[in-house]
Amino acid sequence: MEMVNLTIDGQEVQVPKGSTVLEAAQKAGIDIPTLCHLKDINKIGACRVCVVEIEKARGLQPSCTYPVTEGMVVRTNTAMVRESRKAVVELILSNHPMECLTCSRSTDCELQALAKKLGIKEIRFQGENSNFPMDTSNPAIVRDPNKCILCRRCVAVCNEVQGVGALGLNERGFNSIVAPAFQHPLSEVNCVYCGQCVNVCPVGALKEKDEMQKVWDAINDPEKHVVLQTAPAVRAALGEEFGLPIGTIVTKKMVAAIRRLGIDKIFDTDFTADLTIMEEGNEFLDRLQNGGKLPLMTSCSPGWVKYCEQHYPEFLDNLSTAKSPQQMFGALAKTYYPEKCGIDAAKIFSVSVMPCTAKKYERQRPEMMDSGFVDVDAVLTTRELAAMIKEAGLDFNSLPEEDYDLPMGISTGAGLIFGVTGGVMEAALRTVYEVVTGKTLEKLEFVEVRGLEGIKEATVDVPPVGTVKVAVAHGLGNAKKLLERIKAGEAEYHFVEIMACPGGCIGGGGQPRVTGPERMSLEDNYLDLRAQAVYNEDKSMKMRKSHENPAIKTLYEEYLVKPLGEKSHHLLHTHYQAKPKYQVLAEKEC
Amino acid sequence: MSCQCQGKTGEKESKCEIIDRVVDKYQGQEGSMIPVLHEVQQAIGYLPEDVQAYVAEKMGVPLSEVYGVVSFYALFTTEPIGKYKISICLGTACYVKGSGRILEEFEKKLGIKVGETTEDGLFTLEACRCLGACGLAPVLVVNENVHGRLKITDVPEIIEKYRAMSREEAS
Repeated sequence: MEMVNLTIDGQEVQVPKGSTVLEAAQKAGIDIPTLCHLKDINKIGACRVCVVEIEKARGLQPSCTYPVTEGMVVRTNTAMVRESRKAVVELILSNHPMECLTCSRSTDCELQALAKKLGIKEIRFQGENSNFPMDTSNPAIVRDPNKCILCRRCVAVCNEVQGVGALGLNERGFNSIVAPAFQHPLSEVNCVYCGQCVNVCPVGALKEKDEMQKVWDAINDPEKHVVLQTAPAVRAALGEEFGLPIGTIVTKKMVAAIRRLGIDKIFDTDFTADLTIMEEGNEFLDRLQNGGKLPLMTSCSPGWVKYCEQHYPEFLDNLSTAKSPQQMFGALAKTYYPEKCGIDAAKIFSVSVMPCTAKKYERQRPEMMDSGFVDVDAVLTTRELAAMIKEAGLDFNSLPEEDYDLPMGISTGAGLIFGVTGGVMEAALRTVYEVVTGKTLEKLEFVEVRGLEGIKEATVDVPPVGTVKVAVAHGLGNAKKLLERIKAGEAEYHFVEIMACPGGCIGGGGQPRVTGPERMSLEDNYLDLRAQAVYNEDKSMKMRKSHENPAIKTLYEEYLVKPLGEKSHHLLHTHYQAKPKYQVLAEKEC
Repeated sequence: MSCQCQGKTGEKESKCEIIDRVVDKYQGQEGSMIPVLHEVQQAIGYLPEDVQAYVAEKMGVPLSEVYGVVSFYALFTTEPIGKYKISICLGTACYVKGSGRILEEFEKKLGIKVGETTEDGLFTLEACRCLGACGLAPVLVVNENVHGRLKITDVPEIIEKYRAMSREEAS
């Protein structure tokens, strides 16, 4: 690798050619503040907070985009640099609602942290303030354009990472606004509610729709029996909200905390993840052996399902009819569970904690009411659960370790790895292989489908069925590439896993945010750290195959009878329909 | 997406056909968004939402990208504009020589405000910045035709000239 030598604040630094001044400064241990910059996602030099002096360069230059050259001399801490950064942030603040005390991002806001860091004590500029309407049109994401600082991280993640392009930069000058086309609400465009925009927003302009009060109200209602499920990926990130290092699994403390919120029964979505494997695995074998539509595509990611409905309706018949683990749990929580425990199903309030914003949308879909009620009554993101734990005054880190309730709290490592890209595929292969061959798998880890590579492929010999070809994509941008390849006939698979979010659910839009400066300072990708934690946990578990889950066996014996049976068909399976990408295309003729 | 409007508009070439033709012409060319939108606007007159959505689908880009470009450049309009677009220069030289009063006279005679279009779809009134013809101040352009050294009394004459032109074309 060709190296370049430069001097930053009198310190000599050597970095690979093509590095930016910001990266070089980081290597030298020199901290340059940033705002719009987001490692690997947004590098556009828009906010001018990271400006530095560079000898022989005109004026100040943004270090996040400026490439290093041999012999370059950089100064990051001069009076001019400091004054300029302050002025830039003051200008942003001069058109920013000063609602910090009641803002959902208070103490967790990158703009607030920056103002503090730069020592801003007054705002010298006054002018007009933006007055845009809030977008509360949909069940998942709330947009407040007045808080937006036009950093365009959300636009970058929506367009370049996800390939959706629901958000863009509209208009010009003071009227500039980040919004869908024609400033339409998100509900009228092709937004899939994945929440990646929410994850990268440095301020309070993008957030999940708050469902916390609904849950508090149910807890306080003596008539209600509140059951709660926690998704696999939540335990791999919740600890970050309480200062624990990224990649800490907090399952048992999380259960203890939820119990202390006043929830009646705490169950695990991993249980219905195991159930999904039983249903989807059998669906796969059925399609494989009886000439059904292939490749079978997973449908547990509601962002991906909506993307498929709006962007690739030609693949709708490929989607597994098996509902997501959240919705399978929801359907059973108001049928099997009350029947088994002698509770009135009408009194059950079913909550799920998800790493996801799209799950808030999924629970409200008309297909998700097969129990005779709304199957899931409220969805909290990992962040919302953390906020409720804080509001309850619990000292999370000193809580005891507690276990899930029975029977829907029993799960396997296969259910757990659903939370990581490739996990559903790996869990399915563990079960399909053993069910078909009747042999015990010697090595449970299918490493080919692990890791953060955008598209992963593997072939598995499953005698007597033959060689099964599988593919895994995470992040809708990668999904798009894979689907185009399949459409063009360039690749053929039997089974495909698609997750809307990069990294799978561990990188979901409802997970704790990892800020721009944090992403810069971490040596590893935070998604790798979370994934590793999940795989380590799987390895330490006694049961690691869905079909060996005793509670699942009992569920079939007592209630469902058999996978793909009549009851399963009614409660656990559904179909999806094509939806127009933009409302205008549905209403008007060109 | 397939076009659903063929034969319904009664025009020689439907809106979808126009977009298909223009987008196909620029197929495979980098940075062709602006020329495509420009030609589509020239052919259709303006860029309403359904047209932008069809352009986006046809070009394989998100609608937000198309709208971002359309809403950024003053050249593009999402509202129908009249057959004759009257752009009156309000640049310094023209303004000093009374173009503001000329504009007011047009507003009075046409019964519309600046930025609006007459009900018969014939005229759109716009104010613009320096046209680079200060020697002709006060100056205006109607589509591509320049009218200079204007007096208030020229206003009804100009309006009548284009009304007559339109009538002639119709017959």
